[in-house]
Amino acid sequence: MKATVTVMLKNGVLDPQGKAIAHALGTLGFDGVNDVRAGKVIELDLAESDAEKARAQAEEMARRLLANGVIESFRVDVGG
Amino acid sequence: MKPGIVVFPGINRERDMAIALEQSFGEKPRMIWHKETDLSGIDLVVIPGGFSFGDYLRCGAMAARSPVMASIHAHAARGGYILGVCNGFQILTEAGLLPGALLRNASLRFLSMDCLLRVERADTVFTRQYEKGQTFRAVMAHGDGNYFADDGTLDRLEGEGLVAFRYADGNRNGSARDIAGVFSENRRILGLMPHPEDLVDPLMGSADGKPLFDALAAA
Repeated sequence: MKATVTVMLKNGVLDPQGKAIAHALGTLGFDGVNDVRAGKVIELDLAESDAEKARAQAEEMARRLLANGVIESFRVDVGG
Repeated sequence: MKPGIVVFPGINRERDMAIALEQSFGEKPRMIWHKETDLSGIDLVVIPGGFSFGDYLRCGAMAARSPVMASIHAHAARGGYILGVCNGFQILTEAGLLPGALLRNASLRFLSMDCLLRVERADTVFTRQYEKGQTFRAVMAHGDGNYFADDGTLDRLEGEGLVAFRYADGNRNGSARDIAGVFSENRRILGLMPHPEDLVDPLMGSADGKPLFDALAAA
């Protein structure tokens, strides 16, 4: 079972990479970019075949390592 | 007090730290590889700077989950002393032994320069050879030194006197409330971004960092 963990900085945490990307997009002539947030996508290939169990495993991995709860939030998607 | 330096793959400041510790303690510190778990006889665990595990995932994230850390948690639970500098500070926050987190510098630039640190309190085992409010020179060399904690945590740190050092000559990395270093609640764990071990001999240009190591050696 594939699980995808998307890790983003929490709202309110300064995202200088997002700011730099937004600035570069403006330089390229893309107008109307109000804000950019940059995060990480981590794909897990799990032996578990039950979707809910796979989700629970991935969430535990996210809590313990993949995301830092002080600054980041995460979302888990399973399937495939 | 017997010091030991924890070494992770990618750490590169352990020998500078060893020189600073040997100068103050009068003996070579034990070097502890990250796969060791026996810290017996060690009173002060020092986690030096560098780029443990290539800063993969987040700075300090991998090191904070390596085998030696269970022993370091136990050391902390016993009231043992821990000093983390630069990557060591990042590792201690990732391990949950110190509050907050270190984000990418607000400027996105790696900062390599001297800075002045103000001593917030001089009644701890780390700082008692400084005066409260005095400033001393230290060297910053980091890309991720932007101290972050939520407002409630910052208020608590200030209310409980757990801010160890603040940047006194400008906040270059964007740290919340100019914080350069923090203590644990029992003030036996200290993490800071700038390197006191870089300035411990006039030949290095200054010995401003030496009182920190002398204080620990005298404890």
